Amino acid sequence: MCIELMLNAVNLTFMAFAGYLKDYSGQVFVFLIMAVAAAEVAVGLAIIVAIFRHKENVNVDEMNVMKW
Amino acid sequence: MAGIIFYILATLAIAAAVMVITRKNAVAAALYLVVTMCALAGLFIQLGSLFIAALQIIVYAGAIMVLFLFVIMLLNLRRDEYGFDSRLFQRLFAVILGVILIIQLVVVTSHYQPYREAQPIDQAMGNAAALSKKLFMQYLYPFEITSVLLLAAIIGAVVLAGKRNGD
Repeated sequence: MCIELMLNAVNLTFMAFAGYLKDYSGQVFVFLIMAVAAAEVAVGLAIIVAIFRHKENVNVDEMNVMKW
Repeated sequence: MAGIIFYILATLAIAAAVMVITRKNAVAAALYLVVTMCALAGLFIQLGSLFIAALQIIVYAGAIMVLFLFVIMLLNLRRDEYGFDSRLFQRLFAVILGVILIIQLVVVTSHYQPYREAQPIDQAMGNAAALSKKLFMQYLYPFEITSVLLLAAIIGAVVLAGKRNGD
């Protein structure tokens, strides 16, 4: 979720500069960032679900083996 | 009037973002993140692009956050399962980094010149046609690569989270 916060901050920066420099490239980049964020959220949450199937908790401090 | 709305939306976005990172309840944090994204969509409307604002609501608040809430509720985390067991040097380092970032922010924004109100927002920026001219002509290659990326993400998500044969 904090990744989404950071990506939204970058989106806002791109949109602000697109409005300031009157260049639409910033908005195109916002579009592409949204697509990348959606893909990354899907894969990240799938990983978390897969981890949860093996161990019954998602505490990152306990994921300390490379293979089990 | 536009200034007042900007300050309201910006304060709302920042306050909701602070609430996201301080809640112990994951569902509450996700809902505050939805508030942040809606405030940002309002800011995008103020910057002139209705298309990106609509995309923000539909894609971010409507698809990504719903996916987050699905997974949070699927994992069914209890409140006492996640505590703040970070070490002291991590917290100290985080405070130092935060102070450095605040100093950077103050230095950058101290060169602030007021936005000249005489330049109105370009009316053509609101519709999708102007944006798509750029997207499909100059940035066509990233657009097509993004479709391949989404395909890879779909396959990855299905493989990682799908049922195994033995389950």
